[in-house]
Amino acid sequence: PYLCEERRVRANDREYNEKFQYASNCIMTSKYNIITFLPVNLFEQFQEVANTYFLFLLILQLIPQISSLSWFTTIVPLALVLTITAVKDATDDYFRHKSDNQVNNRQSQVLIRGLLQNEKWMNVRVGDIIKLENNQFVAADLLLLSSSEPHGLCYIETAELDGETNMKVRQSVSVTSELGDQNNLSSFNGEVVCEPPNNKLDRFCGTLYWRDKKYTLTNQNMLLRGCVLRNTEACYGLVIFAGPDTKLMQNSGRTKFKRTSIDRLMNTLVLWIFGFLVCMGVILAIGNAVWEREVGSLFQSYLPWDPPVDNFLFNAFLSFWSYVIILNTVVPISLYVSVEVIRLGHSYFINWDQHMFCSQCNTAAEARTTTLNEELGQVEYIFSDKTGTLTQNIMSFNKCSINGQTFGKYPLGPQPKRLDFTPFNPLADLDFCFYDDTLLESVKVGDLHTQEFFRLLSLCHTVMSEEKSEGELVYKAQSPDEGALVTAARNFGFVFRSRTPGTISTTEMGRPATYTLLAILDFNNIRKRMSVIVRNAEGRIRLYCKGADTVLLERLHPCNQELTNITSDHLNEYAADGLRTLALAYRDLTEDEWEAWSESHRCADKATDCREDRLAAAYEQIEQDMMLLGATAIEDKLQEGVPETIAVLSLANIKIWVLTGDKQETAVNIGYSCKMLTDDMTEVFIISGHTVQSVRQELRSVSLTGRTAACPPSSWSTLPCPPPPPPPPPPPPSNLMDNISGEFALIINGHSLAHALEADMETEFLSTACACKAVICCRVTPLQKAQVVELIKKHKKAVTLAIGDGANDVSMIKSAHIGVGISGQEGIQAVLASDYSFSQFRFLQRLLLVHGRWSYLRMCRFLCYFFYKNFAFTMVHFWFGFFCGFSAQTVYDQYFITLYNIVYTSLPVLAMGIFDQDVPDHRSLEYPKLYEPGQLNLLFNKKEFFICIAQGIYTSVVLFFVPYAVLSDASQSNGVPLADYQTFAVTTATALVIVVSVQIALDTGFWTVINHVCVWGSLGSYFTIMFALHSQSLFRIFPNQFHFVGSAQSTLLQPVVWLTIALATAICIVPVLAFRFLKLDLKPQLSDTVRYTQLVRQKKRKPGRLGARGGSRRSGYAFAHQEGFGELITSGKNMRLSSMALASFASRHSSGWIDTLRRKKHTSAQHLGGVQSSTQLCLWVSSSTLKLLLCSGRLTRYTY
Amino acid sequence: MVKQEKEFVNRPDNTAFTQQRLPAWQPMLSAGIIIPGFVLIGLAFIGIGVALFVTSQSIQVLEVDYTGVEQSSPCFKCSDPDVKNCVCKMEFNIDSLFKGPVFFYYGLSNYFQNYRGYGVSKDPNQLSGDLDSFKVPSDSCAPYEYVGKTPIVPCGSVANSMFNDSFKLYQIVSGAKIQVTLDGKGIAWWTDYNVKYRNPSVTPLKNAFNGTVKPTFWSKPAYELDPTDPANNGFINQDFLVWMRRAALPNFRKLYRRITEGDYAKGLPAGNYSLEIAYNYPVLSFDGRKKVVLSNVSWMGGKNEFLGIAYLVIGSMCVVMSIVMLIVYAKFKFPEEE
Repeated sequence: PYLCEERRVRANDREYNEKFQYASNCIMTSKYNIITFLPVNLFEQFQEVANTYFLFLLILQLIPQISSLSWFTTIVPLALVLTITAVKDATDDYFRHKSDNQVNNRQSQVLIRGLLQNEKWMNVRVGDIIKLENNQFVAADLLLLSSSEPHGLCYIETAELDGETNMKVRQSVSVTSELGDQNNLSSFNGEVVCEPPNNKLDRFCGTLYWRDKKYTLTNQNMLLRGCVLRNTEACYGLVIFAGPDTKLMQNSGRTKFKRTSIDRLMNTLVLWIFGFLVCMGVILAIGNAVWEREVGSLFQSYLPWDPPVDNFLFNAFLSFWSYVIILNTVVPISLYVSVEVIRLGHSYFINWDQHMFCSQCNTAAEARTTTLNEELGQVEYIFSDKTGTLTQNIMSFNKCSINGQTFGKYPLGPQPKRLDFTPFNPLADLDFCFYDDTLLESVKVGDLHTQEFFRLLSLCHTVMSEEKSEGELVYKAQSPDEGALVTAARNFGFVFRSRTPGTISTTEMGRPATYTLLAILDFNNIRKRMSVIVRNAEGRIRLYCKGADTVLLERLHPCNQELTNITSDHLNEYAADGLRTLALAYRDLTEDEWEAWSESHRCADKATDCREDRLAAAYEQIEQDMMLLGATAIEDKLQEGVPETIAVLSLANIKIWVLTGDKQETAVNIGYSCKMLTDDMTEVFIISGHTVQSVRQELRSVSLTGRTAACPPSSWSTLPCPPPPPPPPPPPPSNLMDNISGEFALIINGHSLAHALEADMETEFLSTACACKAVICCRVTPLQKAQVVELIKKHKKAVTLAIGDGANDVSMIKSAHIGVGISGQEGIQAVLASDYSFSQFRFLQRLLLVHGRWSYLRMCRFLCYFFYKNFAFTMVHFWFGFFCGFSAQTVYDQYFITLYNIVYTSLPVLAMGIFDQDVPDHRSLEYPKLYEPGQLNLLFNKKEFFICIAQGIYTSVVLFFVPYAVLSDASQSNGVPLADYQTFAVTTATALVIVVSVQIALDTGFWTVINHVCVWGSLGSYFTIMFALHSQSLFRIFPNQFHFVGSAQSTLLQPVVWLTIALATAICIVPVLAFRFLKLDLKPQLSDTVRYTQLVRQKKRKPGRLGARGGSRRSGYAFAHQEGFGELITSGKNMRLSSMALASFASRHSSGWIDTLRRKKHTSAQHLGGVQSSTQLCLWVSSSTLKLLLCSGRLTRYTY
Repeated sequence: MVKQEKEFVNRPDNTAFTQQRLPAWQPMLSAGIIIPGFVLIGLAFIGIGVALFVTSQSIQVLEVDYTGVEQSSPCFKCSDPDVKNCVCKMEFNIDSLFKGPVFFYYGLSNYFQNYRGYGVSKDPNQLSGDLDSFKVPSDSCAPYEYVGKTPIVPCGSVANSMFNDSFKLYQIVSGAKIQVTLDGKGIAWWTDYNVKYRNPSVTPLKNAFNGTVKPTFWSKPAYELDPTDPANNGFINQDFLVWMRRAALPNFRKLYRRITEGDYAKGLPAGNYSLEIAYNYPVLSFDGRKKVVLSNVSWMGGKNEFLGIAYLVIGSMCVVMSIVMLIVYAKFKFPEEE
């Protein structure tokens, strides 16, 4: 369909392009300008139902027959709310304006009539040719025309676009790359016809028509806005999409607005309250009708009906609206604003938290959305990415076993000394860390096994090297594991220097050596090993093999039996530590053996059918009878505190699912090392079927095993097996969970997941997965990640949290209730899509257990109290209605009604909502069980809500009838009766303010200075304002407004009034106190107990069950490795071009890009101290057309 | 230096406020506070309740309903709305000395001074002496705004419906009637008399009312309410002020006079009394009642049994609750070992 709509762009022809009126390159993310701000913003705000409702009330109040309150009682709060929101919107928009301006005013060089002119970005047009220089941002979506690099290549970094930090290559169409300089380009008049603007970052299709020829254009020819040009001196591009049409802008925005469950509950409750309000209005209106007919009609001599209202039914109708106005305070407008203020406060606390500040990355946690905080206290499922989230994606050579001897013990002591390799080996990598000097000694004394071990590591790999100047080596490894191994060999004196298709050059213990590379027996997932066959300088042929111990140990020569046993023990040890292990072996080959095998290999290689199988068979044939050298253990470095965090979170009854794009082995390994999987588990199920049937079968067998394995079958009933939407399981007592003998884990592969997520199997999958303690989904696509999250959201009614760091996590971050981005690792895409961001996984426990829990607690307490206080306030009018002829007479002074919600009672409850704590932060980390009330929604739900409003109604009854009973016959000591309206109003209002203040004092569990100021200040302000409003001086100025002159004084001087207030307070509060005390005694919550022990006992208790470790022998060729590199190397396909490209860098730029980066790294390392800054290099294959092997520096974040 | 500075760029401030470590008082509903607290509150309430109850018992109240609903009532003839300028006499007897100062109230029931439409039907500007509002009363006064085109002063329902019965009290001593002096000074709120209601500063006051008419129910214009005291006229007439301070509830009483002077300053001695009522105010149409109440006061105001009893009840409930809580606490002690 997009063909019917297409975009035509002719280079260097503004007139032609203007015909189409393409968007200019000026972007505008701001919503308002100075003139439109007020109308537009007000229009937006009145789209909120609540605001319109209050506007409606305001209009009603202008009708004199209805107006039961003066107009300002509504307009003051409404104006306040609108103003606060408007100020917030204006500030936000101001910053958007600022950033828009900054971006729009960036300079770019545009080729106009053969000359390069500086133009602002916003003035760049579609069809212009612009010149980009190194490290510049790409101004618009460009078609790459030519570049300073050979073959029209140029390199870009797309971090801002898709979050990937590795460099990418783009190449221009060959005809345009020959154009070269400006003169030729200015006469270029090719026309591009392409698809209309869309948001697909990875595809572009179009055609270039030039000189009567057609050239196909793909994404490979495009430079997208938001990318940065790297390592390319300059390039020229033709603007295809500009401004809002660019893929960057097309991808931005459209963020789904997330609401918390409390929000939704609140909206439901507000609707209910609204219904309740209408009911009360109806009751009172009926009352009014009856009253008017029975009493009012007879009372007309004193109180005639208004001429237009000469009918009791119509009167009742008006009275309904009057009561709606009066009683509207049950749905207080300040509710929404207060909730926002509280959430904002909590967000600031998150931003300010020093415990979530990572000094290595210099990043603090950031609450990017301010509307989700309390949901952090209700999370039940966490979906975590692996790489970069659980792990640092840094591999380090940690331990090794050589000839039955293990090395790499981590020395005890506070400041272990790192080995310094430089005196021994000038080529050593300075970033390499190792602590065990016995290994170095062993190399130095020339232990043959040790030397052979490292020789293997320096030869058996597919790493590419680059040597700028003598000794400055940079390895570009396909996987970080391999890089770590080669780097280890380098530091221990076996330095891999360079390779050609047929040779490998090394420096061994300071002496250069060259090996002839005879064959690479490449890695694949089935073989789980790789080998090289090399001929050394003496002409001896040797096969070096490294691979998963499971496969390698089977292929050893029988004489290795004893060594194998020892090494196996070591492997077990390593695996228990969560390390990734590899076994190393070699085999000497005679010339004849080699010749024979070489021949069969050639045959297999040339075979047209079943080439793969034949090759594998050939490899199998020679990888036999090998001699074991030892084993390596590589640590896939977990982020700090990951196992502890996971342990704490699972104690808090949060289920953690790992969703990773990684291989199964890697994922399982990490599962073990972060203690998600343990050996205590009854069984770890792996589902990796490729068909619907097999997946179904596997799932069934899992649930079957689960049921039979469970020791006491009754307790296993928590496993929600067949019912399609399993009800949220009741909170199992913690000890019951422990009693279940079977703990299961589920590991599912991406392709199986695709079947499991289909509609007919998803409930089965869900019930199985939810019964398992740990779930790991590997090899999943970003879309599947989101699907899994949606599945849980759909069926479980649980709050989900997704945490990740890369662009592939964006979909899951967006679809989860709460998205958390790990900042400072890969790009910023995940962070941009997230609601919260911080730089270490371990901060999650603080975010949830401390901030989330507090937020939830505070919000719940806030809501309970808020509804209570408004019911207590408003319902008094209802009772009064029965005594005033249902005439919508208010009980209180109108100023009191105006100020009650915004002045007299707002601050104490806000202070509680922002600052309250039931237990201190370290306690909630020590007792993760404290988190459970949030997950079970215990603190604020419909039941709690009814309790609050029941209490509110009870209070209102007391507040009306106690003054009624006391004052109706009472008189002042001078004989003046106290039953006049104003005295009654002041008494009731004062009693109300005192009762709700006492109530908030009871509800506040954490009295900081601010709480004191707010509570006492509110009480003080009530009396001050009341005396001011009832003062004579104010009355003299506005006699028409202040009818209550003198009431405060006259009323509050009466002892009877105070006795009444005290009585009312006692009747309201004493039952609450008694109830709370009894509840505390009979049914204490865990938080009460913790608080009690904290406050009374000051006893410390260690949290149990943490840090239980276990390990089993697991091994895997856990490389994030791909097949095919061996072939690339031996064929030399990658050498020529890449070394050419690198050579051209080296020759033309005295400081190539890697240099630049390295230098930056060093300076930043100096500056920032421990900035984690390992340069990881990886190889990747570029597009199929080029078959280039390019190197790209993959760097952790730098501040430029 | 550079390193340190850089590291601190984004580091949040380490203050007690930002780290939520503000020193705080964390109250706990512990048994040590609650149970003694309940006992104390209970005892205090019982104490106050006893005092209130005893005081209230000592207060004497005498009510005389003179609506005249029953045929036997002396005022029955007056209750007919067609009868004008009717005077009736109610006789009553006091057994023992009615201690002074005695307050003389009139009471109305089923009378809705608290009806919203009634309450707003007045013009505050007019009542504070603004002559412009004399010419053009506020709309809120409707339908007692104009008679024809002449403005009503004071306008509105409240003023219009002013209570206009008047009373004289006699003690009958061996057949002779001795009038009990009723003091009408200072029966309104000080602020009403001195601040809220003002006569226009025109002398004589009558001139201010030129071009206006009296409220339709009134027999005399505002400036002639009290012929005996020229200072007690216009909007600052005490009876007017008392009426204008509207009652909160449909059954109310308003102060009419005090008995503080002469022989009766110490109170009303035992004996027979006769109350002479100028019956003007119709209430039967809406089933209302009129009564006269004589009462004395104590430190806590008028007679009020509810307050004392309520205090006693709440006080004893607190004590009972404290015992219950003590039992519960002893039985289900707060888990200490956890």
